[in-house]
Amino acid sequence: MYRYDEFDHQFVRERTEQFRDQAARRLSGEMSEDEFRPLRLMNGLYLQLHAYMLRVAIPYGTLSSRQMRQLGYIADRWDKGYGHFTTRQNIQYNWIKLEDTADILKALADVEMHAIQTSGNCIRNVTTDHWAGAAADEIADPRPVGELIRQWSSLHPEFSFLPRKFKIAITGAPTDRAAVKVHDIGLRLHRNESGEAGWEVMVGGGQGRTPMIAVTVREFLPEKELIPYLEAIMRVYNLYGRRDNKYKARIKILVHEIGAEKFRSEVEAEYARHPQQTTEVEERELARIAAYFADPRFEKLSRFSPQFEDARRTNPAFARWATNNLATHKKDGYTIVNISLKAPGEIPGDATGEQMRVMADLAEAFSHDELRVSHAQNIVLPHVKLNDVYTVWQKLAEHGLAASNHGLAGDIIACPGLDYCSLATARSIPIAQAISRRFADDRRQEEIGNIKINISGCINACGHHHVGHIGILGLDKAGEEYYQITLGGSSSEKASIGTILGPGFAHDDVPDVIYKILETYLKLRSPGEEFLATYRRIGVKPFKEAIYAAA
Amino acid sequence: MPLLKNNAFVADDWVHLADDEAVAGQAKVTVSAERLVRDWDELVRLPGLLGVRLANTSREFDLNPFLPQLGLVVLPFPAFGDGRSYSIARQLRLDGYQSELRATGNILPDQLQFMLQVGFDTFDVTERFPLEAWQKASRQMSLAYQRGLFRKTGEREVWSERHQGFAPWEEQPHAG
Repeated sequence: MYRYDEFDHQFVRERTEQFRDQAARRLSGEMSEDEFRPLRLMNGLYLQLHAYMLRVAIPYGTLSSRQMRQLGYIADRWDKGYGHFTTRQNIQYNWIKLEDTADILKALADVEMHAIQTSGNCIRNVTTDHWAGAAADEIADPRPVGELIRQWSSLHPEFSFLPRKFKIAITGAPTDRAAVKVHDIGLRLHRNESGEAGWEVMVGGGQGRTPMIAVTVREFLPEKELIPYLEAIMRVYNLYGRRDNKYKARIKILVHEIGAEKFRSEVEAEYARHPQQTTEVEERELARIAAYFADPRFEKLSRFSPQFEDARRTNPAFARWATNNLATHKKDGYTIVNISLKAPGEIPGDATGEQMRVMADLAEAFSHDELRVSHAQNIVLPHVKLNDVYTVWQKLAEHGLAASNHGLAGDIIACPGLDYCSLATARSIPIAQAISRRFADDRRQEEIGNIKINISGCINACGHHHVGHIGILGLDKAGEEYYQITLGGSSSEKASIGTILGPGFAHDDVPDVIYKILETYLKLRSPGEEFLATYRRIGVKPFKEAIYAAA
Repeated sequence: MPLLKNNAFVADDWVHLADDEAVAGQAKVTVSAERLVRDWDELVRLPGLLGVRLANTSREFDLNPFLPQLGLVVLPFPAFGDGRSYSIARQLRLDGYQSELRATGNILPDQLQFMLQVGFDTFDVTERFPLEAWQKASRQMSLAYQRGLFRKTGEREVWSERHQGFAPWEEQPHAG
């Protein structure tokens, strides 16, 4: 894992002190809310429906045990005893007092964390594959480049007042678990014919009210050219992105309006016009960072673990969890443990301070001191020995963390919605809770298999409904919440935007509608076929008939 | 409006001519980009120094042929959140423009250091903030991760410092 050196420490410390001064000026009345707003936003502090919300950056979703423990401490000391992990691998605290914020930022700085650029029209926290460094299919760990981008984008003087927010996602594996095609910039590491690694650079993906899949601007960018090339893209966007309408200001609109070809030629012209003197320092810096991400000292183990197999045979609940929540590790005898923060009836992505400490302790004892936050709002222990998995599971179960629904119907992505968010038009959390209760029966979920149900409480799509296999969008019609359903979305390497099923549904009807959609799927699927494949084969029509004919 | 330069308020010795205003022997004048192109042959023969006021939207306008003759480029910030002029400033400096670069419009102290870093050196600021606020704002951060910046207030480039033996990016020539 990356560790701050003296420079990183000093940088965050200075920024924290700067904010302490700004918050004090606001509290004393010297500064108006209007003037304070852009300053607090650049430090991750929002004003929500009921209180201030602080969004803390978890760069590329990676945490040490010490950091996770500190997040738990902050939840207990300054919030109501819990925090909310987000689809951008961050954590949000929803009940923050302005006068505490500087102390919280200080507590974060103590464990090499911050809230810089988790908000505002700037380059946001870089996200990546939550199985990075552990996945069996990976070409290279994308996190060193994530750290390089974190540093380069931090308080970038040229790109801190962009037309709109800007999100970059990176994957180092052919299977895209980072949703790179629905980001402003998506980067995919791959190898060319001569075996060199380089980036496919995709631009202009996004969700919100105008969902779009990114277009490829460069098929193969040599690794060392990444930072100067990103600068060229950012400069073109900063100069030509629309500023007349906030809803048309993302880079996807620019790419769409001028066309991929023209956009590409603008970027290449800018890149050629100001060639960087040398990329040697960037290469050295990347090498320095990469050393921090070297593999932990894995033991040489057999692929077969008798303890693990025995536990599976004798404990059906453990066996079910192991089937659903473990993923293949690149080293024999190790596995990736996915902790679902989606226990039936609970709020997706929420964890209590106590749960954070439990997960931190487990990571310290059994996962080389590492945890990850996934964009599906779950926590990952990336490097667990098969021999230890049963012990880990028992501990998780004691603390309500052993839901065995990873990747299944209960593993729902949901934004905070109208329960917290000032932009929301409808509630998302109660819908997620109701659906997960409806599918609480593990066997039913397993029969249905892999399914991504994503819920957003407004058109801004923080709950990624456009790319859910089943997407649910909460809207407001004459003061009543109603919910529009989309089918067939995906954020994978074969990304697609969902298609609207038909007229929306009342709040209380949603779980039944979802149930019926999945029943239709079970009836019509070919053996072994997943929901998305069935949908892509048969289209929206049979689902439409099943839902609206009955009504 | 005070003019901020090198952390002090100074008098503006440039005369900013409207498009229909005649040149009358002033030592330093700025004109709009349109007038610069239109009257170039006349303007370039003036004995004094010549500057130009750009919009932040004139994308087809190629300033490069005129740059070596210019003593001042003024870039606007119509709103403090409109960041286009940061990139235009960076482009001008990368293209080799060495004379004075001035920011005008909505400028807040918390943006001053960013503007200095991309190559601005004078600022039309409001009277709302005392000089001390600007002086303090100019050195809010002592470090920057990005290379190739102007380090007028002495901030260190982290990557260059980490990898000793590499000189920081060649210090770009600087006005003022």
